[in-house]
Amino acid sequence: MSVPVSISLLVNGEPIDAFVLPRLNLADFLRENLKLTGTHVGCEHGVCGACTVRVDGEIVRSCLMLAVQAQGASVETIEGLSDSGEVADLQAAFRERNALQCGYCTPGMLITAQDLLKQVSMPDRQAIREHLSGNYCRCTGYQAILDAVEATAKTRAERRA
Amino acid sequence: MKAAAFAYARATSVVNALELLAAHGDKAKVLSGGQSLMPAMNLRLLSPDIVVDIGGLAELRGFAVKGDVLVIGALTRHVDLLGSPEVALHAPLLRDAVAHVAHPAIRNRGTIGGSLAHADPASELPACVVALDATIIVRGPAGERRIAATRFFKGIYETALSPDELLVAVEVPVAGQGSTFFFQEYARRHGDYAIVGLAARAVVAGGRFTDFRLGFFAVGDRPLLATAADKLINASVTAVLLAEAATALADELDPQEDQQASPAMRRHLAAVLLRRCVAALLARPELEAGATR
Ligand SMILES: Cc1cc2nc3c(=O)[nH]c(=O)nc-3n(C[C@H](O)[C@H](O)[C@H](O)COP(=O)(O)OP(=O)(O)OC[C@H]3O[C@@H](n4cnc5c(N)ncnc54)[C@H](O)[C@@H]3O)c2cc1C
Ligand code: FES
Ligand code: FES
Repeated sequence: MSVPVSISLLVNGEPIDAFVLPRLNLADFLRENLKLTGTHVGCEHGVCGACTVRVDGEIVRSCLMLAVQAQGASVETIEGLSDSGEVADLQAAFRERNALQCGYCTPGMLITAQDLLKQVSMPDRQAIREHLSGNYCRCTGYQAILDAVEATAKTRAERRA
Repeated sequence: MKAAAFAYARATSVVNALELLAAHGDKAKVLSGGQSLMPAMNLRLLSPDIVVDIGGLAELRGFAVKGDVLVIGALTRHVDLLGSPEVALHAPLLRDAVAHVAHPAIRNRGTIGGSLAHADPASELPACVVALDATIIVRGPAGERRIAATRFFKGIYETALSPDELLVAVEVPVAGQGSTFFFQEYARRHGDYAIVGLAARAVVAGGRFTDFRLGFFAVGDRPLLATAADKLINASVTAVLLAEAATALADELDPQEDQQASPAMRRHLAAVLLRRCVAALLARPELEAGATR
């Protein structure tokens, strides 16, 4: 009784039409159907944060969302944020501060950090820690990641001043 | 792991969702935010034949103040509770609690209805609605039912809902004059499920509690409205009386053993939270000092 469902959505600003089985989650849809493999899949139960993407401007776990639930939505992946230059400074700070090692968690970390910086212009370390608390880094880059996010917040604040 | 195959239906109205549930019985599962259902399906703990997606039902979302209650639609998301001026004014306990529910990306999709229907005993919002003496509004084939929060939770992941019913809203009495609240939990990491937590509502007048409701969570198979609070109502709270209440609390708890804590540790932490709560709400820090005796 499980039949493909037609969906239409925007992915990184591009209109996409597809037929998907209900069980396909958004992470697999992005990776397998659209070959956007920047969205990583770790735990598939919402714990690790590697699959974080933006849906209608808000971060979500793409492993806990069905592709069919993205009908009519605007999805942004790390490829979109990267190509538009929106997170270029954050990416540079991650490189400079050694905040990425194997890079598995990095797309999710970048999207989550950018989400915080959009909401709070100068978060303190505690706020950064809390906002990133749902993202695992197996390479234990946590301190370096905090440093990178904090440094980016500072340079953005200086640029605005 | 991936979810097993299932059929998918996007409900177009509450009535339509109820028809779909009636047609498929317990082979159907309601999908709200998916933040508990999807992990369970991905782990193959659940494999419904059909998923009824109620996510698009705008009629189930948002807040309304009606007389002395704040009505919160079932699909209202955690992030909406955090940011809502109505919640901050009328039910600040929910705002304080929801900051501890999971992480931002999960709070952007998880809903209050889903959290209450899921009824994880370590969950924050069930204990809050019990402490707040809220009413859960449910709709089914026979119409609407109103269930007191204290009677809604039946056990681990078990509620008074039947498979053909939808939780549609929660009614919370608005915070009256002199109401104060306390929320705290112990968790391994911010956003993790609590090891022990307490959501409390009190009315304080002349240095005494005239009303005091303690909603403990992660100390049993469901949120617990602790009767130990009764000892402290309309009484002059002394260190001795508080110690008696703490002993009474330990007796009524039935904590589970798990990787996070032993029952003895949970009893101890619950007593610490009780003391902290009483000291904070009565603004008498000396009462908390008793905790480390
Ligand atoms: C990594 C992680 C950490 C988490 N940490 C916490 C935490 O610390 N505290 C906490 O409380 N929660 C936590 N959660 C769970 C999360 O908060 C969910 O939002 C919540 O428990 C379920 O809400 P939902 O809307 O996503 O429901 P869903 O997942 O859609 O549904 C949950 C269950 O309720 C049923 N249901 C949903 N809505 C209705 C309705 N209106 N009527 C009838 N039945 C319904 C579904 O059929 C299903 O059985 C966590 C989740 C994850 C993935
Ligand atoms: S893969 Fe989605 S949170 Fe881990
Ligand atoms: S850099 Fe390897 S998991 Fe974070």
